[in-house]
Amino acid sequence: MNDLPRNQHIIASGIVASVGIWVTYISYTQEPAAAFLFPRMISTVFAVLALWTFGKALMGRSKVGAGLSIAAIKNITPGLFITLIYVFWAAKALGFYTASTLTFFILLSIYDPNSHFKTRSWIKRIIITGGFLAVMYGLFAVLLKVYTPREIFF
Amino acid sequence: MEFVSYLSEVFLPFNFLLLLLGTVGGLILGATPGLSPTMAVALLIPFTFQLAPAQGLILLGAAYTSTVAGGAVSAILLKIPGAPANIATTLDGHAMAQKGQGAKALQLSFLASAVGGVFGVLLLIFLTPILAKWALAFGPSHLFWLAILGVTVIGSLDSSSVVKGLLSGCIGLWLATIGFDDIMGAQRFIFHSALGGGINVIPALIGLFAIPQVITMFAKGRASTSAEIIVVHKSPIKTAIAEVFNRKRALAIGTAVGSFIGLIPGVGGQIAGLVAYDQSKKFSPERDKFGTGHSEGVIAAEAANNAMVGPSLVPLLTLSIPGSPTAAVLLGGLLIHGIFPGSDLFDNHPDVAWTFINSMLIGQVLMCVFGLYVAGLAASVARVPHSVMAAVVLGLAIFGSYSVQNSMGDVYVMASLGVAMYFLERFGFSAAPLVLGLILGPIAEANFIQGSMIANATSSVSQYFFTGPLNLTLIIIVVTSIGYSFWMELRNRRYTSKEEVME
Repeated sequence: MNDLPRNQHIIASGIVASVGIWVTYISYTQEPAAAFLFPRMISTVFAVLALWTFGKALMGRSKVGAGLSIAAIKNITPGLFITLIYVFWAAKALGFYTASTLTFFILLSIYDPNSHFKTRSWIKRIIITGGFLAVMYGLFAVLLKVYTPREIFF
Repeated sequence: MEFVSYLSEVFLPFNFLLLLLGTVGGLILGATPGLSPTMAVALLIPFTFQLAPAQGLILLGAAYTSTVAGGAVSAILLKIPGAPANIATTLDGHAMAQKGQGAKALQLSFLASAVGGVFGVLLLIFLTPILAKWALAFGPSHLFWLAILGVTVIGSLDSSSVVKGLLSGCIGLWLATIGFDDIMGAQRFIFHSALGGGINVIPALIGLFAIPQVITMFAKGRASTSAEIIVVHKSPIKTAIAEVFNRKRALAIGTAVGSFIGLIPGVGGQIAGLVAYDQSKKFSPERDKFGTGHSEGVIAAEAANNAMVGPSLVPLLTLSIPGSPTAAVLLGGLLIHGIFPGSDLFDNHPDVAWTFINSMLIGQVLMCVFGLYVAGLAASVARVPHSVMAAVVLGLAIFGSYSVQNSMGDVYVMASLGVAMYFLERFGFSAAPLVLGLILGPIAEANFIQGSMIANATSSVSQYFFTGPLNLTLIIIVVTSIGYSFWMELRNRRYTSKEEVME
């Protein structure tokens, strides 16, 4: 195993172990104790298994899971960033349909393998985005009658 | 033979339309690499809210059945298994397509799927009512152990690492405790207002299955789909029908292995297909031809992965224990409509139970008929660029999780769990045991508390939970499944992965 996945395994299993210990601590310190009886059982097993996994990662014996390559991290970052903005801000602030349309178009533009220098590609992306918006509106607003935050535009 | 009296319900115009929609849509979704049956069913749940329970289940059941079969299209024509259940199909199916027998391979796969699928659903029809009556003998301690069994079996057998599989199950069980405690009303692990009512299962399922796929598509960057679709030439269906029934050994092995594996909680279609393929190869006088485009390989694998669909629902419909991640999603679909599996389902809602099961039976036939017609279209859909697919799935996940309770809190939970799951998966953790933990957690806790109360009033807690033949049997199965998985891990025996097949 080279250093990149090994260090990543240590970080990932370290985070899981920290959560396990935190959950166990809360389970054993919060009141009323009767309400935490089941969480205590679960969290104890959780913490033990998480510490075992962390120990294996520290010794470089984590065999399963390839981690993340630098290329994958570079590819994921813009999409993930836009997704998180969409979910945690834009969907509510701009309205579901406006935010979805913008996000769809931006993601399509970032990850579409077609050229960014051809008008034809951009027209195609706009048409696909329009089609997507129409389908989502038809399904959720017209068919399922889900009232989503509208805010600006619609 | 109670099921016969509800057969006509399936043919009511709207019910039949839903069945057709679920079947054709499922075939297309199944052929799309990256859209697993579990994810397809999870994304469909929000569309069932306004339907009657039986209608919602018809749609979900049809989608489940046909996504498994639809995965064979991309496995055969693109060498990309549409779902893990189709990995074994790729081995001979794609080789047949390369030899110009693509149409024949597709015909064989749909015919074998239909035979295996019908047998599996018949097993579901005849076993379920018997087991549902037997389930009445289960007390709180047994139901507690059953819930733990569901999580540990899937955690140890479905994951590449036993410890990480069990740890994933523990994370799911812990997530299930978030919110207000049912008995004392105490707040547990609520560190954001979105978690006040606990974690709603449907947004969690959508997030855990859909968002990791979206991020996986992001990880591919601007790479275009390199897979070439092999052109399919017409082939007479009569030849394929004759071939399927001439290859009785492969068909029987595939059907028997798939049905048996389907009954074991947590084992799933991927293992069913690969074990059937392996056994069929061992018993075949033409074993040398396997891997070179031999029809027996396609027949055994496809009969197995569809034969497991029906039996995988037996533990769900009788004991409320989902036998697979997709069954767990279906349980979510049942609970949303206020229906609890078990004897209650067959005693109080026989119309829902039997219409659903009958629709799966009819769905197998429709899947076979339509599969042959939509295979070409499905293969084209399989080439939709990752960029479009990622954006569509993301949009559906967000709108779908919001529509559950018209709550942004559900969207936040869905996205947070989904992003965390992607990173956990990269380090060997698995979504299936986590989902099972999340769904079975409340069942385990409620029965644990109830059992503890009974034990305090009658005997000791240890005596109540650790004695009696049924308790001991369940404990032995839990320990054996964990022990067996450790042994397999130590021997480094792993099943063929999707990536290995595509190399």
